[in-house]
Amino acid sequence: MDSIIQFFTTPSFLMQALINGMVIGALFSLAAYGLALVWGVMNIINVAQGDFVILGGYVAFYALGISTPFLEALQPNFFSRILLTPGILPLLSIPIASSILFVFGYLLYKVIIYRIVSRDLFTSLLATFGISLALQQLMNLSFGADVQFINTGLPTLFFMDDLVALPVVRLFSLILASILSVFIVIFLKKSKMGLAIRAVSQNARAAALIGVNTDRVYAFTFALNTAICGACGALVGMIFNLHPYIGTPYTVRSFMIVIFAGLGNLPAVILSALGLGVFEESADFMFGAELRLAFVFSLLVFVLVFRNWRLSKKREYLK
Amino acid sequence: MRDFTKNDIRLFIALCSLGLVAPILFPAYINQLSFAWIFVVIALSWDMQGGHMGYNSFGNIVFFGVGMYAAASFQILPFFSLGDWTEAGGVQTFEHSVSQYFSGYALGILFAAIAAVATAFIFGNLILKMRGHYFAICTLALGVAIGEVFASIEILGAGQGLSLAVWPRGFLDDTYRRLFFYYQGFLLFVLCFLSISYIIRTRFGMTLNAIRDGEDKAESMGLNTNFYKISSWILSAFFIGLCGALVGHLVGFIDPIDVAFSGATYGIWMIIMAIIGGKGRLWGPVIGALFFHAFNEIFWTYFLGWQRVALGLIIVIIVVFFPEGILGFFQVRKKSSVSALSTQPQQQKK
Repeated sequence: MDSIIQFFTTPSFLMQALINGMVIGALFSLAAYGLALVWGVMNIINVAQGDFVILGGYVAFYALGISTPFLEALQPNFFSRILLTPGILPLLSIPIASSILFVFGYLLYKVIIYRIVSRDLFTSLLATFGISLALQQLMNLSFGADVQFINTGLPTLFFMDDLVALPVVRLFSLILASILSVFIVIFLKKSKMGLAIRAVSQNARAAALIGVNTDRVYAFTFALNTAICGACGALVGMIFNLHPYIGTPYTVRSFMIVIFAGLGNLPAVILSALGLGVFEESADFMFGAELRLAFVFSLLVFVLVFRNWRLSKKREYLK
Repeated sequence: MRDFTKNDIRLFIALCSLGLVAPILFPAYINQLSFAWIFVVIALSWDMQGGHMGYNSFGNIVFFGVGMYAAASFQILPFFSLGDWTEAGGVQTFEHSVSQYFSGYALGILFAAIAAVATAFIFGNLILKMRGHYFAICTLALGVAIGEVFASIEILGAGQGLSLAVWPRGFLDDTYRRLFFYYQGFLLFVLCFLSISYIIRTRFGMTLNAIRDGEDKAESMGLNTNFYKISSWILSAFFIGLCGALVGHLVGFIDPIDVAFSGATYGIWMIIMAIIGGKGRLWGPVIGALFFHAFNEIFWTYFLGWQRVALGLIIVIIVVFFPEGILGFFQVRKKSSVSALSTQPQQQKK
């Protein structure tokens, strides 16, 4: 009880929770938008979303781990000096993770996912759950069970008499997440593939009739989702840490955000993601960090029960 | 009311007699055999609402864990202070006498059933009104949330887990201990199989099938679907809770995340066992569970470290290529030569 009162009466705590929450929320919004895309277009709920995020983080971690000593061993020249400036290489690792995960997602689609696109939701839930299980242990076997962390070498800013800390990398991630989501919106609105994706999500049969190759659109959508997860994962690796078995909370958070916002509503997704981030950080302050996961998961149950209760007044239900 | 076919009865009697003599035939494998019966029971009870009612829950592991904790703590509670017990940790400073052990055991089993049923009643009222994948995801989150909550309760050992009462020292030897648990698992199987095979042949079971095939229509026929859904979940919870209690005693130590509320092991196993055998068929979960258990034992013995990869791949393969399971696979092939029209799983009348 004391911690709750203390939290609400101390401005620096409030400020810290707000800042951290916004940053985390920006990250969640990326994963959530990928989930909403796949759900809306392919009618698949991807339970392995969080594991793709973690995989992206590991890819970025190893890209950095390989390239940094290599660059340092080179004769210092103009390029290596630029690349070794703190913050540049980690920044570059984001597109690298993203593109590797794009290829990974494309291959995964070609091997497994295309078989479950037309099936019912339970099949896709179970199949992606299986992928998630296998991926978790494969990551554990290949990357080790240690907690990893991408060191960016960027400084931390302090405000309000040094009581509120804001690592620059968190600021980065906020900016990057907003740039990425703007980019995704523009891509979906303007490009030809984006047009095809939107057409298929509205009516796959009609889109196929007018000559859209739905299989290619599905493959691209899924790969795009994993690419978004890759970028998100690289940022997760810089801000939090990486561990093979911590993917599921990211899946649950993205699912919660999508349910809260509704499918295909990007501003709402971003808003509810920021809201969730701030809410979670505040709960962290008030109830302690060990209950954080319990809080996230029970919040999802609560949101679903609440939405269902509201719908039941109109004699409808969640389905 | 549909009748048992002669084949059903023959198969059941054969299985029962095998179960009775199995520990004498294979004395080295008593523990594995007791787990086999427990697996059959959890698969059958998951299938009760997953297969027959069509409510695919990822969260029945909640009842498993709740039953396990109830059985453990109510065996300790009447005789010792639970706080002191968890404080002592792995150091065994407390010992149950013979009468204390068994009276506590009975009490624990009783409360395991009560706790599981109460949990199913409370959450059933809240979340069984959702449909389809919302229900599935909600139960998935529920399982993890309750596991995390239990992992933060100090008096139950928090994240360090809770060790169960040990078998009273000097009372019979280890073989009898194993037999004691084995025959309980076997008894649980007989009870569970008989009650479920009876229930799915009554009006109650037909209502469950009606809910699976079209809930809105069932409701418009005047069936109180909510009552049926909750009672079916409670029945499923009852057996899974008892299984949890038994597994707790067999393992001897409860870890909140990795044993009691482990969605990645027991939680997904019960689903995949029912699907391997054939969802919504009486014998499906039984065959699936036995098959899966054998597979699982082999994998844990020879491919340690890869078992989750294997499990994930198995799930994908089963779900993608054999969604109807072993029984469904053969039934479809057999039927396609007779008539392709009937799609419902039914007994073949001779």
